[in-house]
Amino acid sequence: MGLSVEASELNENSAYEIINSANNYVITLSGNPNVGKSTIFNSLTGMKQHTGNWPGKTVATARGEYQYDDKTFTLVDVPGTYSMMASSIEEEVARNFICFGKPHATIIVVDATCLERNLNLVLQILEISSKVVVCVNLIDEAQRKKIKIDLKELSKCLGVPVISSNARCGKGLDELKAAVFGVAEGYIKTKPYRVTYNSILQESADRLKAYVEEALKGSLNSRWVSLKLLEGDTSFLEDLKINTGINLTDDPNIHAALEEEKSALIKNGVDDDNFRDMLVTSIVSEASYIAEKTVIFENSKYNEVDRKIDRIVSSKIFGIPIMLGLLAVVFWITITGANYPSELIASFFSWLETKFSSFFIYLGAPIWLHDMIVLGIYRTLAWVISVMLPPMAIFFPLFTLLEDLGYLPRVAFNLDNFFKKACAHGKQSLTMCMGFGCNAAGVIGCRIIDSPRERLIAIITNNFVPCNGRFPTLIAIAIIFYGGVKKGGFAAIIPVVVVTGIILIGIVMTLLMSKLLSKTVLKGLPSSFTLELPPYRKPQVGKIIVRSIFDRTLFVLGRAVSIAAPAGLIIWIMANVEVGQISILDQCASFLEPFAHLIGMDGYILMAFILGFPANEIVLPIILMSYTSAGSILEYESLAKLGGLLTSNGWTGLTAICVMLFSLMHFPCGTTLWSIKKETGSMRWTVLSFVLPTVMGITACLIVTGIFRLFGWA
Amino acid sequence: MQNHNLIPLCEIPIGSSARVKKLNTKGGTRRRMLDLGIILNTEVKALQKSPSGDPTAYQVRGAVIALRDEDASEIMVSV
Repeated sequence: MGLSVEASELNENSAYEIINSANNYVITLSGNPNVGKSTIFNSLTGMKQHTGNWPGKTVATARGEYQYDDKTFTLVDVPGTYSMMASSIEEEVARNFICFGKPHATIIVVDATCLERNLNLVLQILEISSKVVVCVNLIDEAQRKKIKIDLKELSKCLGVPVISSNARCGKGLDELKAAVFGVAEGYIKTKPYRVTYNSILQESADRLKAYVEEALKGSLNSRWVSLKLLEGDTSFLEDLKINTGINLTDDPNIHAALEEEKSALIKNGVDDDNFRDMLVTSIVSEASYIAEKTVIFENSKYNEVDRKIDRIVSSKIFGIPIMLGLLAVVFWITITGANYPSELIASFFSWLETKFSSFFIYLGAPIWLHDMIVLGIYRTLAWVISVMLPPMAIFFPLFTLLEDLGYLPRVAFNLDNFFKKACAHGKQSLTMCMGFGCNAAGVIGCRIIDSPRERLIAIITNNFVPCNGRFPTLIAIAIIFYGGVKKGGFAAIIPVVVVTGIILIGIVMTLLMSKLLSKTVLKGLPSSFTLELPPYRKPQVGKIIVRSIFDRTLFVLGRAVSIAAPAGLIIWIMANVEVGQISILDQCASFLEPFAHLIGMDGYILMAFILGFPANEIVLPIILMSYTSAGSILEYESLAKLGGLLTSNGWTGLTAICVMLFSLMHFPCGTTLWSIKKETGSMRWTVLSFVLPTVMGITACLIVTGIFRLFGWA
Repeated sequence: MQNHNLIPLCEIPIGSSARVKKLNTKGGTRRRMLDLGIILNTEVKALQKSPSGDPTAYQVRGAVIALRDEDASEIMVSV
């Protein structure tokens, strides 16, 4: 999970493109979730990565390159899965890549502290492919827990190279590259372990194999495909047809043989349902047998520390308070820490502006062009960067730290019951966490939810958590109107409480709306829920900072900047082109005024929210620009000045509350909506995602304004 | 270890272990359970409940997996 590059624009490159290029090895990187697969991916490929989609599917596979022995290796990071039985889109993508992507080798990353469960996947992949290298990762964690793994024995058992690694400090990666090269080139011969199934299954498969082998022409392991035929795995047979043109079910010989074997199986009491049970049972028991032979637990209480931590962070009394406390601490650090660098960056941009400006004048550019570019585009950009960059550069590393520690799955564990009551999935809490960073990333992150109904709910409601583009607005208003600037010391806590309160409203709304959706348009029972609580890990602080800055901060900032630049231009034009001596902006604002007044705001604010559709972060700058009728966005100086400007333009406590509420609940930004459209593939859900929060926001503001005016508070 | 003494997994006390004897689920849920290694005779230990009492974390084959009571109730175990 995470807002990594995978969350970036997904291009539709065919997976086969890379395969056809010469002098290039294609390596699949697979493994269970939470085994450090992405750390290995990042350590091997560095910054040279890009993402693409498996053709026709909306699951991104990250790709990267590395060099070894003067050759280029393209590493394809397929989704982390527990199995190759393809019960989810992720598993299908992973399986299809290994089957039809024709990789030169497959690396299977396994967790040294949980080898037995991981071997399940290894054995399944060994059934499909023989060009495999097993990478036993987190070996240091295992040593710390006094878990000993006999790597030689494991390699002998599995019949493929086994490399131990600790990707976090780069240990074992050279050996891994060497082994991958050897397997891809074929000078390391593998003799992959093949599961012995129940004799009834095995004999049927063997008889069928003869026919299948002929049809496949050696392109896939015929025993495994025979088992798939017997199992009646239609999705695989369909994918086989699409990717290789081989249509097994239409082959009359195979069809006849299959019918015969199926009736033989039924005679033996094996129907479709327990066929799969028997398959899996054989795999799991053999995995367990291999683990028994190769793993020694010198300390039977090896995970006692993790359990102790779990008992505290998920305890009945402290679980929820600790979680809220951590959330508040993260926001407090972000709010207090971002202020100073924000002003520093702003003054840098202001200095740069004078240089930039005189350069334009030196060139002899006409005044309107100068104003359009410097006051329109440049100032909007400068504002977006100085307001957004510092909080993001603090928030994302902190968030990644919690992720890296292994705390986030505990959040899902603690909160699942609330989500269950809302007929949603506990993992929705994680996609909400991602939404705090960026709703578009949160929407894409909903792929971790494997049941379609719950996934849709999570996608549609993701916008109810305020993203990084809205945080600066919320935080600035909270500080200005609730005391942080004027008083020091304890008063600094109040804005934190206000912001946390707004977030809680967002969370409650998410749950209410999830419930509403599952009672109306997305009817259905909650489907099964399984959530792994991985071992806690010591975070790599240095790596966290680097990765979160590059993967998340710069990614989100880059997108914001590319949206803010044209938006800055449009806004400048609106503010400067006059129709009947009144600027377009003023005309729109006065048109919106009556309605805006009803919901506790004014026309300019509402206008700013609409103009902020491309990126929420420019809402506040547009408001200020309109107030000063400067015709251009003001330079960002300090919060105190900003506060003075707002109050002198009629802002009251009511305005502040309504702006914060509307900021929390209104239509998602352009990028998020686009992501929703991509992820759901449906206009209907996209429109609903637009309407639902907007209606809720307007309603909330109406109610608050009504109450305030009724009691004469405003 | 008698088979006629089966109880649903969600009913075993925290801290105790049991062996899986029967899966009552079908389809996707069953597959998911099997993928996690919950098969016949697998030892499962109840570790702890979440703050609100549901789901419960179980130790299965060296991994910690949280299951909701309604799903765990479909897994029959013998203590």
